[in-house]
Amino acid sequence: MSDFNELTLTQRNDLRTVAAMIIPASDEYRVPGADDPTIQADMLKTLGRDTALVRHALDQLARLAGMPLAELDDAEREAVAKEFRGGGGAAAATLVRVVLQCYYRDDRVLRSLGLELRAPFPKGHVLPEGDWSLLDPVKARGGGLRRAR
Amino acid sequence: MNDPVDVLIIGAGASGAAVAWSLADTKMHILCLDQGGWMNPAEYPSTGRDWEAKFYGDWSTSPNVRRRPEDYPINDDNSPIKVVNFNGVGGSTVMYTAHWPRLHPSDFRVKTLDGVADDWPIDYDTLVPFFEENDRMMGVSGLSGDPLSPLTRPPMPPQPLGLSGPIVAKAMNRLGWHWWPSDTTVATMDYEGRARCINLGHCTPACAQGAKASTDITYWPHAIRAGVELKTHCRVREILTNEHGMASGVVYYDKDGVEQFQPAEVVIIACNGVGTPRLLLNSVSGKFPNGLANSSGLVGKNLMFHPYAQIYGFVNEPTDSNRAPPTCLWSKEFYDTDPSRGFVRGYGIQFGRGAGPVFEAVASEQKGILPWGADHHRVFRKLNGHRIAVSAICEDLPEERNRVTLDPILKDDHGIPAPRIDYTISENSRKMMEHGLARGREILEAAGASDICINNPIPWGGWHLLGTARMGTDPARSVVNEWGRSHDVKNLFIVDGSVFVTSGGVNPTSTIQAIALYVADQMKQRLANLFD
Repeated sequence: MSDFNELTLTQRNDLRTVAAMIIPASDEYRVPGADDPTIQADMLKTLGRDTALVRHALDQLARLAGMPLAELDDAEREAVAKEFRGGGGAAAATLVRVVLQCYYRDDRVLRSLGLELRAPFPKGHVLPEGDWSLLDPVKARGGGLRRAR
Repeated sequence: MNDPVDVLIIGAGASGAAVAWSLADTKMHILCLDQGGWMNPAEYPSTGRDWEAKFYGDWSTSPNVRRRPEDYPINDDNSPIKVVNFNGVGGSTVMYTAHWPRLHPSDFRVKTLDGVADDWPIDYDTLVPFFEENDRMMGVSGLSGDPLSPLTRPPMPPQPLGLSGPIVAKAMNRLGWHWWPSDTTVATMDYEGRARCINLGHCTPACAQGAKASTDITYWPHAIRAGVELKTHCRVREILTNEHGMASGVVYYDKDGVEQFQPAEVVIIACNGVGTPRLLLNSVSGKFPNGLANSSGLVGKNLMFHPYAQIYGFVNEPTDSNRAPPTCLWSKEFYDTDPSRGFVRGYGIQFGRGAGPVFEAVASEQKGILPWGADHHRVFRKLNGHRIAVSAICEDLPEERNRVTLDPILKDDHGIPAPRIDYTISENSRKMMEHGLARGREILEAAGASDICINNPIPWGGWHLLGTARMGTDPARSVVNEWGRSHDVKNLFIVDGSVFVTSGGVNPTSTIQAIALYVADQMKQRLANLFD
């Protein structure tokens, strides 16, 4: 079942606006912003247990802005964001985390970072064995356990 | 009423599994009750693309965040270190880093050597055969010959150094400080039916490959084949006693929430350093008005956590990030007391290999080193996949003011009073943590790291729950005797981290399980006069 209805239209708009402030699109890195529709849809679909705190955070933002965040000019929005980040507590931290966790699992973003588009299991990863001769100085220094008596 | 059993074990985690397996060869009727169920590895986080996000929800290390039906709430508002655990068959071994040091011989003689806390009533040598048996059962990888750690004989080779290991190793060599590949319970080759590690990433929120040893896949299959019965989703409310002051059995809620009484000849508690005192304090009767086994008044007191002082930074070279088990090296350079440092005792060091992209983004944003706005992308690419971490795991000394009590308001889903934690980091620990951070900074600087950040303490670092039902020979100063039997109730035993007298400066699970096997061995040797 969709959780879309758990945020109001105004809250969804503000979520999109603040997400773009956190991570804007970049031509240089060829990545979307966190306001991208696919990423936004992922956030709304997977809010789950975070819904209450995210709603609380968006309400905080709305109070600080005094109007929909998107309707403020850039300078005003920056000022609101600064205050929000400084005093938003657990709710603000949750909202930012929700934005980041959905952004950094988007295929386009992971591709830009050079990461594989897959779950860790079952393929796993291969680790280089490393140079075990690095242990030689430790062995040469030796030492011993503190006596227990 | 259920049929009586010879031995009832409460808790199927690290120690409950070990004691169940060891006692199975007595052919007694052994029943274990656990409040959780069997885990399904197909549902573990690393099987899905959203594996990192799960760490903040269903697979959080905190029971207060996770809130699975198996979890009970913990009021830890009055503690800078929050309790983390896992409830289910396997207990917190399902959800731990698999780091596998042992307490050192000197850790058992703290009073004699340094004039603080108390000596243990047992010594390291007593536990050696049980450490070795446990290493074989859990399946340990590592490299024998560490000059500053107790001698171990891991049956499997150590984890690869990977990309992060050499960065740390070169830094430590520049400083002339000890380091060594960690013993871990991550199988580096196929072992006893477990597939070898394929580096799924961070091991803490359970291993879908089954390479990390958790007791649901190590001890329990053997114990059940040997005849031990394990009932899941059964939450024990209290232990009852009879007119002779002996434990007569337990009251529990079954999987349907129905109250049951399970009679038993012997009761063994294996619920960890928070769950065990909670159960004892909830087991009040006319004969035991202050809780069961609490004539000393020490049940719940002397809680020790191991405060973790963590410092991390970012190097130019790529690190292992989320492509390896989280810890691979340790250092015992600062493990023993040096009076010139201004504190007694010491700490081990664990080195972290790195973090996945979501964790990195969230943590770095919170620390203020990952900006909002246009520069976010450039900075994230500098940080992601370049983290190395140094954590000092500090020996916490027992103090009675640090304690577990029953919360007067908070209750679990069955209406059982929840535990409340009151804990303050001591001045000695504070000095130790500052020392660890200063040395950690030297290590990071030697590695060429920048953007250095600190977690002091790691707030969600209350993994190690120790000392709340300590062992000793004096009934006025301890809860259980030197072989785990309650001083007050002669058929009641405790085998988890509660019995620790001091904490050492290392992860305790190896020692907890060795003690559980030792207690089981003592019980078997004394079966004819167990209650004398």
